[in-house]
This record gives sequence, structure tokens and C-alpha cells, in this order.
Amino acid sequence: MFKASWAYDEAPESTNHIQLKKKYDLYIDGKFTKPVKGQYFDTIDPSTNEIIASVAEATSEDIDKAVEAAKKAFVGWSKLSGKERGKYIFRIARLIQERAREFAVIESLDGGKPIRESRDIDIPLAANHFFYYAGWADKLAYAFPNRSPKPIGVVGQIIPWNFPLLMAAWKLAPALATGNTIVLKPAETTPLTALKLAEIIHESGLPKGVVNIVTGAGETGAAIVNHPNVDKIAFTGSTNVGKYIQKAIAGTHKKLTLELGGKGANIIFEDAAIDQAVEGIINAIFFNQGHVCCAGSRLFVQESIANLVIDKLKNRMETLIVGNPLDKNTDIGAINSKKQLQTIENYIKIGLNEGGEIYQADCKLPTKGNWCAPTLFLNVSQSHRIVQEEIFGPVLAIQTFRTIDEVIEKANNTPYGLSAGVWTQNGAKIFHLTQKLKAGVVWANTFNKFDATSPFGGTKESGFGREGGLHGLKPYVKFD
Amino acid sequence: MIPNLDNLPVYDTAGVNERIARFCSRSIKSNSKLEGLKLALSMVDLTTLEGKDTTGKVQQICYKAMHPHDTLKNIPKVAAVCVYPAQVAIAIKALKGSGIQVASVATAFPSGQSSLEVKLLDTKFAVDQGANEIDMVISRGQFLAGNYQYVFDEIVAVKKVCGQAHLKVILETGELDTLDNVRKASELAIYAGADFIKTSTGKIQPAATMQVTYVMLDAIKDYYIKTGKMIGMKPAGGISTSKIALQYLVMLNEVLGEKWMNKNYFRFGASSLVNDILMQLVKAETGNYQSGNYFSKD
Repeated sequence: MFKASWAYDEAPESTNHIQLKKKYDLYIDGKFTKPVKGQYFDTIDPSTNEIIASVAEATSEDIDKAVEAAKKAFVGWSKLSGKERGKYIFRIARLIQERAREFAVIESLDGGKPIRESRDIDIPLAANHFFYYAGWADKLAYAFPNRSPKPIGVVGQIIPWNFPLLMAAWKLAPALATGNTIVLKPAETTPLTALKLAEIIHESGLPKGVVNIVTGAGETGAAIVNHPNVDKIAFTGSTNVGKYIQKAIAGTHKKLTLELGGKGANIIFEDAAIDQAVEGIINAIFFNQGHVCCAGSRLFVQESIANLVIDKLKNRMETLIVGNPLDKNTDIGAINSKKQLQTIENYIKIGLNEGGEIYQADCKLPTKGNWCAPTLFLNVSQSHRIVQEEIFGPVLAIQTFRTIDEVIEKANNTPYGLSAGVWTQNGAKIFHLTQKLKAGVVWANTFNKFDATSPFGGTKESGFGREGGLHGLKPYVKFD
Repeated sequence: MIPNLDNLPVYDTAGVNERIARFCSRSIKSNSKLEGLKLALSMVDLTTLEGKDTTGKVQQICYKAMHPHDTLKNIPKVAAVCVYPAQVAIAIKALKGSGIQVASVATAFPSGQSSLEVKLLDTKFAVDQGANEIDMVISRGQFLAGNYQYVFDEIVAVKKVCGQAHLKVILETGELDTLDNVRKASELAIYAGADFIKTSTGKIQPAATMQVTYVMLDAIKDYYIKTGKMIGMKPAGGISTSKIALQYLVMLNEVLGEKWMNKNYFRFGASSLVNDILMQLVKAETGNYQSGNYFSKD
């Protein structure tokens, strides 16, 4: 009914300023090192499925070297004064800022996310995390008064493909600030910004071995998890892998933090600012193609306004621009990998078989690459699999509710507990719900907002431990 | 009948700001930019509203309205010239045969602080002089005092006097304080018979903002969904550069879409905007920015 007519011409961010090598080795002990077994894998641009670069595949032999380097480096790094550690971290933050444009382009190229997001959210937030924790490095005694916090040792960090550089920053910055040394593995589909970060870390003059960046898939990750000289594992990824890790390290000395899946409830009350709530729904589920662990993938709308909200939502979806991630006008980019696209398409099939009523935006999708149109499912219930399981794509399941108690019960009726959103102009209602919702983060009248000073993490099967803020230091220290 | 104002949508300022930021981050390039600039030019109500306006001044801007920049081919004329009632006859004569509308402010513009009788006479005078469009102001004092019926009835009465002339209702959003009030006033104006709703007189700061325009577009959208009737929108004051004008058009494009993307349903109340658009259009043609001296200042 309100179809836009003015088509914006292409406005692609240029790529001629970025520097990428054809081949990337492992960053171990302060230098780029060939993998022991000499194997490499390709990383592709998911918007075209063309190869960008080949990347070393680390095996357990390489992990041995990386952990060894980290262990050796720990002796000096953990004794360095907080002030000196902070200087290095500040330097890394500044270098990221200086090269923000290059990082943003590579992030969008390798991961498929729109440049608007990598430029305005991922990269600035990553720099902010380093700045924030650099500030803590010489103030740990104030973070934990009278408890003399000490670093844990060698930390193995395994990060996901949805926010590659940002997740690296979430993990590295607090670990460095508290005096640990690190072996970090980026996801196999999105290793490039972590490898660029390795270059920056090298440039910053950080003592060799303090940060080691190794690339590879699940087996590489398992080698880190199972390495006897690793003292702590920090993992962000799927709940299944999280469970595997927890089993694998049971009975060892290793500490663990997990940030896993979610099926966030986004709750719209009849007294909400409807138009902004619709915007919030869009942002909650279509941000980063729905590849967000805290995505608002279950929408609960109060029945009295359900038709209005759904009509407005459908209208708004028609104005979303899906396409080239590097175009500045793109709202929704490419699905991160063929495999993930299959997962999403499979769930859409399941939803249809379950009798859900599907609505997809009428947008033209590119022919090459991995794409999924923004999708809604109506007429679904808590018993539908697409309501219960994490899809990790631009697929929203919509249910209605009548009363506050009902929506609280349904929102909590999930094994996950990472995020939730509440939309109402009634302040008392917000506080009532924030107390009752079992989720690590509850947003009120907004969604998917992140800040370096604010802790983030889950409850139930969404994991444990916090990243960001003062709380984010705790998983990286031990006390006498 | 006065609409029910108790159950109107409410607005969350932070959320509205976020949405506006998204419109403003659209990157408008090459052909789409040219298209947008020409469209914006065709939507301008070229305005002079000064106590010192004279026959000479009005004739000059009327010529400018018809010939924005004769060395540029294929550019549109502006939509209308907007003047005080006393200047309407001069504008009508100057614009004869051009197809450009003559809009006149009325109803004790800009404050609206007069009796209904005076306001109706003011309107009648402008209409009798030949104005095709009447830009009236609402009684903000009455509105803020909660006398919505008064505001509504006043618009209804002015509309009646307008006859064939289109009625634009100025809310003077800069005096309404909240977005919820802007929505309320939009609702009153639309239901009372406005053909257009307009943000500002240009005499009060802030004049048009994207935030209030967004809320007004939302009111127009809801009214269209309910009744199938299209109401026009005119942000006025403070839109002085092409860049800002294009951002407004992005918002119009993505909120109301193609049916509203023309001068029958969207206007810019502006004066200096025209030369900035012309400068961009010349740049698109020649590849260089010309100095301001190459563009006529009428």
C-alpha cells in the first residue's frame, strides 16, 4: 500500500583501500607461522561465494606451539604492571580506530553483514571494548577491593562468526587487562578480521606469545579445549558445542564461561509506542540477518493490537533493502554461509509443514551467493519447533497474548535465557517484567543495544559468565 | 466531528530519533540524486513572508519561481509561491499562465491570536484575491489549554471559507512541545478538513524537524489506512540545503511511498533551498560547483 518508488542508485563502499593477503598463516609467538601439517582452507565472500583468501588450518601440533608460547609469555605479562599492560591495550584500540574503515569493509566482505552495521556498530564497539578494558588494567584492585585478583594463566578463546572482530574484542580486552595470555580461534567462515587484528597486535609491540591467533574449524577448537596447559576456556557459539565443551573439561582444573544460543522474547503491549515498537521488532530480528544470539526471534503481541502491529510490520518489511553488503543503503546482507542458509531454509520448511502462515518481504534477491528474504511466521504456538528452536536467521515467529502473566509464562517457557524486550510506555510494567523475565538482558523500548560498560551474558542454556563492564573482568581473575 | 484524541498512537522520542538517523544515513548517488533534486525543486513553495514585502519583491520571486535557472535544461518550476494576503493579487498577475499556484498565509498569521471573525475575513480576502492555497495557523494557545473543540471548529470554519482553495493547516510544532501533541494536532487538522498539514510558520524556532514531520507522516498514513483519503504534507522552515531536502524525501519515500512523491501531496516551504538545489544540479551537469554569484537571489 505504501510501496517506495524512488530506487536509490548503488552506493558501494570502495574496496581499493583494503589490504588483504592471498594466504594467511597462524599468528603464534609473535610471528606468522606456517601450519605444521601445511593445510589451508578457503574463506569466501558469502554474497558471491567467491574465494577471498586461503587461511591456515591449525592442528593439535600447532595448538601445542601456541599454548606453549602463551605459557612462556605469561611469566612476563602477568608480572607487568597494570599501567604498562593498559598502554598496550590502548594502543590496540587506537590502531583499530585508525583502520576502522578497512576493518569494516573486510568484516562485510568476509561475513556478509551490511557495511552500515560493520561501520557503525561492530568496529566502533570493538575499539570501545579495548579502550574500556585498557582503563581497568591498572585499577583491578578497585574492581575487587581487598581480594587481590590474579590472572588465571593461559586462556583459550573460541569465537563465533556473527560478530567476528567484536567477539574477538569482547574476549581479548578483559583477558589482557587482567594479565592473562591467550590462544584465540576465530570461526572458520570469518577469520579475516581476527587475522588483521593479529597484524595490529603485532604493530602495537605487544610482547610475543601474549596473544596467539589460530584458525581452523571444530577440530582446532577441540584441540584448544582439550589442551592440558589451558587454564580457562571462553566460548561463544551454539548451545550444542557449549555442552560438548562443558563435558570435555569436566574434572579438569579449567575454568569456563559460555555464551550460547537464545530465543529471545520481544513483547509488545497495547500501550506501547506502536510505530517505534515495529521498528524495534525489525531491529530485533533482522539485525545482522538474524545471526544474533540475543535476537528477538519470538514476538509476543498483545491481542488487542495484533492486527495493527502485523500490518505495520509487513508494510515496514517492504522497505527493507536486501543485497550487496558493501552498499551503504543495504539493510540486510548475505547469510553467512551455505551451511547456515540450509539450516534456515530447513527451518522455514519445518514451519510450513507445521502449518505456520508464512509472510516474506517481496524483495529481489541477488542470484549469486547466500540470501534469505526477511520472513515472518504467523499462527504459531509454543508447541511449534520454529518457536522453540534457535534458527539464527531472519525468521520471526509471532504469537499473541492476552495478559501479563500469560506472556511472562510463555516468554520464560524456553530452555534459553539470553535476551528479552519489553515495549510499553508504562514504567511500572517495565520493572515488573524485568523482575520476572528469566533472561540475561532485558531491553525496554529498544532492542539489540550493546555497550562496553554493560555486562552481557545468559542464564539457563544460554550460558554463564558475563562479558562487558566490571562483571566482564571476573571470569579472567582468580583470588587467593 | 472531532476525532477521539484519547486513543491516539504515542511516540517514543528515542525510537523516533533512531529511525530518523536511518533515513539520514541513506546514501543518495548519481541518477537517484538527480531525480531527487528535481523532485525537491518541483515541490518548493517559494516563500516570502516579510513585513517589508512589496510589489517589486513579489514580482521578482514570481519570476524566479517560473525561471529558476534558465541555463539549465529540463528542470521543473517550483510548485507555488507563498505570500501574505495583501500580495496575492500581485503574485496571481505575475504568475499568470505558468501553472504555478499562489498560496497565501491567513488567519492572523503567524500567531493566530485574533478572533475567529477576523481570521475568516483574512481568509476570505486571500481567497477573493485569487489564492489557490490557504496556509492557516491553528490556535496554539487554545490547543495547549486543552480546548481541542475550539481548534477543530476553527479549522472547519476556515475550510468552509476556502471554497475551492486548498487548505494547509500549520500546526506550529515548535510551540507544541511534544511529539504526542504534534500527533494530536495533526489528527484535529486532518479530521477538520485539511488538505495538507504543515509544520511551521517559519517564524518560530525550531521550525520543521524530521522528527515532527515523521509523526505527521505517520498520522497521514493511519488516516489513509482508515479512510483511503490522501492528505498532503508540508514541512516548512529550516530546510535550506539539498542534503536535508533529500533526507526528507527518503523519509517520505519509505514512510508513505510513491503516491505521495509528487507536488500534489508534498511541499517544502522554503526560500534559500532553491539555489542550493540549483547549485547541485549545475554541478551534476558540469562537474564543478559554481560560486553563489551564479545563482539569482530574488
